[in-house]
Amino acid sequence: MKQRILDVEHLRTEFHLRSVNVAAVDDVSLTIDQGECVGLVGESGCGKSTTGLSIMRLLPRSGHVTSGRVLLDGRDLVPLSEAEMRQVRGRAVSMIFQDPMTSLNPTMTIGAQVAEPLVIHFGSSKKAALDRTLETLHLVGIPNPRERVDDYPHQLSGGLRQRVMIATALAAEPKLLIADEPTTALDVTIQAQILDLLDRLREELSMAVLLITHDMGVIAGRTDRVMVMYAGKMVEAATTDELFAATRHPYAEALLQSIPQLTQDASARLPSIPGHPPDLSRLPPGCRFAPRCRYASPACVEEPPLEEAAAGHLVACFHPVGVLPGSGAAAAWSAPGAPSGIPEPPLPPATTPLEPSGAPSRDGDPMPPDAATRRLALAAAPVLVEVDHLVKEYPVRGGGMRRRVGSVKAVSDVSFGIRRGETFGLVGESGCGKSTLGRMVAALERPTSGTVRLGGDELLRLRGADLRRRRRELQLMFQDPYASLDPRMRVGSILREPLVVQGVGDRRQQWETVASLLDEVGLSRRAVDLYPHEFSGGQRQRIGLARALTLNPRLVVADEPVSALDVSIQSQILNLMKALQRNHGLTYLVISHDLAVLRYLSDTIGVMYLGKMVELGAADDIYARPAHPYTHGLIQAIPVPDPSIEKAKRSAAVRGELPSAVNPPSGCRFRTRCPLAQEICAEEEPPLRGFGPGHVAACHFPLLSPSADQQAGGAPVVSVTSEPAPGAS
Amino acid sequence: MTTHDDPPPPSQELPAAGAATVATRPSSAPSPQRSGERTATAQGAPRDSEVATPASAWRLGFRTFTENHLATAGLVLLVLLVLFSFVGPLFYHTNQVASSLISQNLPPSGSHLLGTSPEGRDELGRLMLGGQSTIEVGLGVGVLATLFGLVYGALSGFVGGILDAVMMRVVDALLSIPYLFFVVLLAALTRPNLLLVIVVLSAVSWLSTARLVRGETLSLRTRDYVTASQGFGSRAHQVIARHITPNLLGVVVVNGTLKVADAILAFASIAYLGLGPPPPATNWGELLSAGINNLFDGYWWQLWPAGLLIVVTVLAVNVIGDGLSDVVEIRLQKR
Repeated sequence: MKQRILDVEHLRTEFHLRSVNVAAVDDVSLTIDQGECVGLVGESGCGKSTTGLSIMRLLPRSGHVTSGRVLLDGRDLVPLSEAEMRQVRGRAVSMIFQDPMTSLNPTMTIGAQVAEPLVIHFGSSKKAALDRTLETLHLVGIPNPRERVDDYPHQLSGGLRQRVMIATALAAEPKLLIADEPTTALDVTIQAQILDLLDRLREELSMAVLLITHDMGVIAGRTDRVMVMYAGKMVEAATTDELFAATRHPYAEALLQSIPQLTQDASARLPSIPGHPPDLSRLPPGCRFAPRCRYASPACVEEPPLEEAAAGHLVACFHPVGVLPGSGAAAAWSAPGAPSGIPEPPLPPATTPLEPSGAPSRDGDPMPPDAATRRLALAAAPVLVEVDHLVKEYPVRGGGMRRRVGSVKAVSDVSFGIRRGETFGLVGESGCGKSTLGRMVAALERPTSGTVRLGGDELLRLRGADLRRRRRELQLMFQDPYASLDPRMRVGSILREPLVVQGVGDRRQQWETVASLLDEVGLSRRAVDLYPHEFSGGQRQRIGLARALTLNPRLVVADEPVSALDVSIQSQILNLMKALQRNHGLTYLVISHDLAVLRYLSDTIGVMYLGKMVELGAADDIYARPAHPYTHGLIQAIPVPDPSIEKAKRSAAVRGELPSAVNPPSGCRFRTRCPLAQEICAEEEPPLRGFGPGHVAACHFPLLSPSADQQAGGAPVVSVTSEPAPGAS
Repeated sequence: MTTHDDPPPPSQELPAAGAATVATRPSSAPSPQRSGERTATAQGAPRDSEVATPASAWRLGFRTFTENHLATAGLVLLVLLVLFSFVGPLFYHTNQVASSLISQNLPPSGSHLLGTSPEGRDELGRLMLGGQSTIEVGLGVGVLATLFGLVYGALSGFVGGILDAVMMRVVDALLSIPYLFFVVLLAALTRPNLLLVIVVLSAVSWLSTARLVRGETLSLRTRDYVTASQGFGSRAHQVIARHITPNLLGVVVVNGTLKVADAILAFASIAYLGLGPPPPATNWGELLSAGINNLFDGYWWQLWPAGLLIVVTVLAVNVIGDGLSDVVEIRLQKR
């Protein structure tokens, strides 16, 4: 038996708001042993971060631990004075936060920040602190720590900053590390590296780690045990393997099902949890998940106790799912889209699943009929958007006279086409130029050279009133549902604004349009009199989608439409986007860093790397047969919510970080991080070569052999979604 | 505004959207399909309860304002001061034109509640008269400077580029001229009247507002909702009117109340230097200055009431600004 590091017993944390007290954490117990990694998972607002902050006693002023004990090495932290607590923080327990941009002090060198806990806790001399700092920086994998130690945070990339953050947390060798969403702000490729680092450090230092995250994929690969929280309550706790193999709580099950998978059948609807998490000040009686639960029964008005369902498997539910071994969520992963994904509940009070999980696959046909017909229809559709040799460079000025000293090559010679009714997905790490490309397609930014045509016309050729009138044909959907709606306008005015600006219809007709749009995106008509802040993130994203549709556009450019949302809400929006596309014949350009989301949403995917389109093809092809090593690496880096898959891959698929776009590497821009790179890659830029119908990639050493007949070369790639390949099965 | 010849005609658009509604409704809103089942009602409930009942913006604003007790007290005080200055003379008749050598510097008594001034005018009546001009200058400068600074700053920040650079250098240049220099110059050239004082103080006061607004606009114009508005074809003036200005309200209103307080103090100092409108017109600053001249004679009634009124007015305006910032911050309002 390993030494028990942390033992939280019946923790209850309350926040005193203006008029009410809410319990953000309600009766939560957990233990962590030495060298163990325990995951705490749940949607935003479920109390998982508050649990972490309660352990550290770093709650905001209005928050207090009202009952329970937090035993660290047998010592209760709750009654400690602030001075005593300062001795604990950083030395016995450390915490790392989500955003490496804001959690480091921009006016201090990284060396001084790593040394800070040493000076505070051990009163180390300058020399000793420096030695230990260098050692720690080396430990977290910062190359050349001696040169880096005097750098300021802004001189480091996001991944390196998070490493520094980890170094500051580890400098005093704490027994327990609380990692609160340590990789959420990072790209998938960097995320894999940081998680690897945390794993290695835990083993080397035999630390206990509490990993707080919303990402089931991260949980699956990195933790020994998992606890699932919902609305401040612990609803399920088990070992990681057990939880994924035999999920018991309906919430955990629904959460797992609503994550879009790379293996997902794109034509099926994603299962999603209706509604949104409850307001903590107005909790439903009894089980807090009951209003959204598909198995809820009259018994659920009582509060279900957290009971042991199997050895070491706690669950708080009257109707636990998957009691038969072999069923449950894990089975659903192996047969995506199959109706077996939703096991029959033991008690049948309301047996109908909330969301149909899609048409059953027929005779193992990999492509359900509607997907095939969709492909055929798309192949015949005319091209709506043509992007031809598009280049965007931003000047970099410096020196005394603000001379132009170089340029950021945001987008370099990109060509592709989007057919009417198609969804084109653009994927890549942050900084690869995908958002810039999206803004140029949306005619919000003028390209340095090259053209964008919409329905044959070059919009940016137009000026003034002509351009403004044509803008109705393309609309935008934004990432952040909080920033994209004017906080001072009522929803009705927000939705009516496009109609007023374009002078469409009279007042009464405009309000009718607004009302029907609200119906369509599933919001009450009473929403017109409310302000955006009165809605949840998911509802706001619905409003944003409704606004994009008011003018009946032909093209909607959606920049990270779901990445700011919780998984259960994310699937609602994805389903809605697909439904609206069918009903309005929309064409989407979807920009995302999440290949799984794009795989579900898109017909065609373009992979961008440092301003270049490196691979382009049908979504199925890109996923099943990637030709470019970068695409392959991206797919590998996505955490899959299945412990057996996730724990099998042990090293980060893409090494290093994105090079600077001011001086991109010569030849193939990916060569600096490519495992297959050879001399030719530095000398010669690889041309786009065909790898099947509509599938092109730019690589000297592709993972597939190129098809002989197709030589895309530098020509604009317009015919993207062609006939379904004969050998597509 | 209405252009019916625009394709597609709205009359065709509406039925299409309506038909689509019927098709999507079951899939996007899960509950109606399974009506009759107990769970369906359970899911239907939060969908309606999540939408609170709307209330009028004015009533909401009033409620939020009154929740701030300090601001409410400030508003009550300011109303009392306005009544005192403008309505008071109707009930308390005094001769503020003629000076009287007999009744110089009399202490408070039954006939002169707050004594008399060095010219033998009733001090309480003088405070009322002085209050009128002081409040007029304060509010006038506050409104004028804020409006001009708002338009100037929003335009400069939103348009950007060379226009921004030129407009802001103009502000910098004006800021570098000491405002008392202006005042002395104008007092020497013309006979100061109240309007001139308001214009001069506004001309000085809008500069910092313009800078503040410009900075705020720079951050507002990169917001997604501004991009969205441009995305469906709004012109610059539409964006400024519909998105930029309303979102500037918070800073502008608070800044405006500070301007009112500043103007009252600035007017007081101008008058103190003897550069204000000549007697018999008066204001609190001038009364204060006269009171200080006679400080060592023990004529307290000429000094303290005027000083107290200035302090109370400035404080009241400042706490009102605090309350107004709550009102315009919509997100703080509860329903």
